[in-house]
Amino acid sequence: MNCIIVDDEEMARAIIEQLASKNPNVTVDETFSNALSAIKYLNQNEVDLVFLDIHMPDFTGFDFIQTIKNPPKIVLSTSDKNFAIEAFEYECIVDYLVKPITQERFDKAVKKALAFKKTSKIAEDKETAENVQDLYVNIDRRLIKIDMAGIKIVEAKGDYILIKTETKNYTVHSTLKKIEDKLPNDLFLKVHRSYVINTSKIVDIEDNSVLIDRDIIPVSRSKRTELMERLNLL
Amino acid sequence: MTEQPNIEMIKQMSGGDVSFEEKMIEIIQRELPKEINLYHEHLKNADYLTAAKDVHKLKHKISILGLEKSYKLAVDYENQLKENKSSLSDAFEDILKNMLGYINTF
Repeated sequence: MNCIIVDDEEMARAIIEQLASKNPNVTVDETFSNALSAIKYLNQNEVDLVFLDIHMPDFTGFDFIQTIKNPPKIVLSTSDKNFAIEAFEYECIVDYLVKPITQERFDKAVKKALAFKKTSKIAEDKETAENVQDLYVNIDRRLIKIDMAGIKIVEAKGDYILIKTETKNYTVHSTLKKIEDKLPNDLFLKVHRSYVINTSKIVDIEDNSVLIDRDIIPVSRSKRTELMERLNLL
Repeated sequence: MTEQPNIEMIKQMSGGDVSFEEKMIEIIQRELPKEINLYHEHLKNADYLTAAKDVHKLKHKISILGLEKSYKLAVDYENQLKENKSSLSDAFEDILKNMLGYINTF
């Protein structure tokens, strides 16, 4: 994770830099002695984590958080334990360090921030997957919407692909590679150079083929292992 | 008896990195007098709330120099200043002198 340090006290900035240099999961990109310079920096740079002092003259750490539109994850640092409750009212705050900060406590805060980052990424991916449910294909100069979850098989046919859905089949001028890139990886798998299948539609598997509805689809030897790994085997 | 400041915590943080220890001492030598001057100015003007913030900031250096009892007094003094009182100012002044005297021995 890349981070910045915002603290008006030079000694505090030097300490956090030193602690960060001993943690392999975090890299200090910049340090700032005031919140406004840090805000300017954040407007132009992406940062995973901010180590932020609460008590700064003119513009406090809480002012800083309220000013940023989409604040990154923040670890607060202060010499005062009394702000802990207020601190956790902000979703972006992952931890609260009381000065002087020890290496052990610093490492724990970084670990927490990493865990938050992973959780956010999973939620983001899920949201993206939920948003991308439809695929538009060009047939006779019309863009036709196909529900991706309803696609059973996509078969390469020369310069065209045949998309078989639960209700209808579509022949589209495209390549298997192009549609494979558009389909969600967790649901679709290329099992043969000419076939991409929806693994949730498999009826049964026999040797080197799968049955989807009434279609028998060949499975390449090289793809069989990957297919088997996807299955919830008893 | 006056507490003796030390750089044990700085040594712990450095993990043997002498350049970091030197850097920290140099920063404290430069930054501490400035923070003390600001505190004195605010106290002189009876701006107790701002003086409390100065004491708050100084607490970090008090703890870094291993002054545990002094730290407790600083906490009490900070709270006192927030209530517009300053009876602990003399005791706090002794802490500041103690720190300055120590850091200038390097």
